[in-house]
Amino acid sequence: MLKDITIGQYFSGESFIHKMDPRAKIFATVIFMTALFTARDTLTYGVVFGFSVFIILLSQIPVIFYLKGLKPLLIIIILTSVMHFFLTPGEEIWSWSILVLTREGLWQGFFMGLRLALLVIVTSVLTLSTTPIALTDGIEKILNPFKRIGVPAHELAMMMTIALRFIPTLIEETEKIMNAQKARGADFESGSLIKRAKALIPILVPLFISAFRRADDLAVAMEARCYRGGENRTRLRALAYTSRDAVGLAFTVALLVAIVYLR
Amino acid sequence: MIQVEKLYHSYSPGKENETLALSDVSLQIEKGEFVVVLGHNGCGKSTLAKHLNSLLLPGEGNVMIDGLNTREEDNLWEIRKKVGMVFQNPDNQLVATTVEEDIAFGMENLGIDPDIMRERIAEVLLKVKMSEFRNKAPHLLSGGQKQRVAIAGIIAMRPDYLVLDEPTAMLDPEGRREVIETISQLNKEEELTIILITHFMEEAVLADRLIVMENAKIITQGTPREVFSKVEDLKKLRLDIPQVTEIAYALHKADPSFPADILTIEEMVNQICR
Repeated sequence: MLKDITIGQYFSGESFIHKMDPRAKIFATVIFMTALFTARDTLTYGVVFGFSVFIILLSQIPVIFYLKGLKPLLIIIILTSVMHFFLTPGEEIWSWSILVLTREGLWQGFFMGLRLALLVIVTSVLTLSTTPIALTDGIEKILNPFKRIGVPAHELAMMMTIALRFIPTLIEETEKIMNAQKARGADFESGSLIKRAKALIPILVPLFISAFRRADDLAVAMEARCYRGGENRTRLRALAYTSRDAVGLAFTVALLVAIVYLR
Repeated sequence: MIQVEKLYHSYSPGKENETLALSDVSLQIEKGEFVVVLGHNGCGKSTLAKHLNSLLLPGEGNVMIDGLNTREEDNLWEIRKKVGMVFQNPDNQLVATTVEEDIAFGMENLGIDPDIMRERIAEVLLKVKMSEFRNKAPHLLSGGQKQRVAIAGIIAMRPDYLVLDEPTAMLDPEGRREVIETISQLNKEEELTIILITHFMEEAVLADRLIVMENAKIITQGTPREVFSKVEDLKKLRLDIPQVTEIAYALHKADPSFPADILTIEEMVNQICR
């Protein structure tokens, strides 16, 4: 279950989207989100949905990867939809004691669920098609102008890189610790919520200790490799916009314009 | 040349739990040498390693790398560039999320041009036989592979000395063999100076020179043959000796014409078949 989180898991490929500049992809994602939150009826949601399907196909990443990324959030999405089903005032179509299902609620809930799902899926397009390093490089470059007002762009980027690098390692470690505890009779799956939360403490304590040890080791290893912050550092991959990015961005902007126009 | 002169180092000095990690350690390592530092846990060998590239500074005495004193802050980056270091835990020294980018990390810190970086990445990947893993994520590699990536990341910085602090301690036998092969090949073909810290005897026999440490001190040094021929002394220190050496020693005791200083299985076979 822990391995299902796909954020930060690059799926290598050679698609149009893979080859776009990370900065362009970040901007495009933000523009897409704006369009997504602007959509409000069947037509506009239809357009956004169609756009998302196109993007997914264009990315040449198996759909299963997107669905996997959706899985951990499924409960939230369903809960949001259900809340909208029953809590939106309007024309009643079914009721049971205090629960009233309305036509408006049904649509609203459906749209809300779709909105959240698309939000996760399209963000996954960004994270699946961009190496985490390229992503951080992109964020660093975008934040660079704000360095003058004290935004630690390089440090933030480095922190993110390291976090991304260690997520799989720590997940593996969590599983190891869980198995070790299970072998000694720990029970994580039954009992009340509080009981289960308490059962997590023996996992978190060793996990944190080990994470701190790793952090210490890594800091020494980085220093030994001459790391001294962002000054005078070169990059293996210099970012450069190409015509591809212009096309991608123009296409996304067109989506936003279309949505604003159609609503 | 690395010169260590009368080096003393203690952890948490002046406090109750002060522990002396190095005491009166002096040694010299010439360019191109393959030196193994051998000893029990806590004998000071890792502390010594960390002095070689200014990760730790001497309490007393001096460490000189090609004439640069590690105490002087101006020398810090020059020294770290000259002395590359590989650590024990392969997971905790890889910074980036792909092999290629991790190898680039050190070079990026040195401000090397991206085109040269790409050339060197291809070159070092070939040297550690990891070319086909160029775009893989580190967590998908085996321990031995990770350790070879770590080595590649260091040699891409073109150091003069490579210090390896128990690089094989957390690996399985297969990974251990891969890493040791890589190291000895780098020493032979690239004439890279190797300082290998280990407690595996089979690795120690590969060295040009063996330094044995115990209780913060160097107690003996010499070629593996010289050191391992003192079987009784080593046993007193509870240090293992290679299995073949032990058998040879037993045979030598039974029949003095049989040589006691055999280090490898091959030599043993030759001796017996003679």
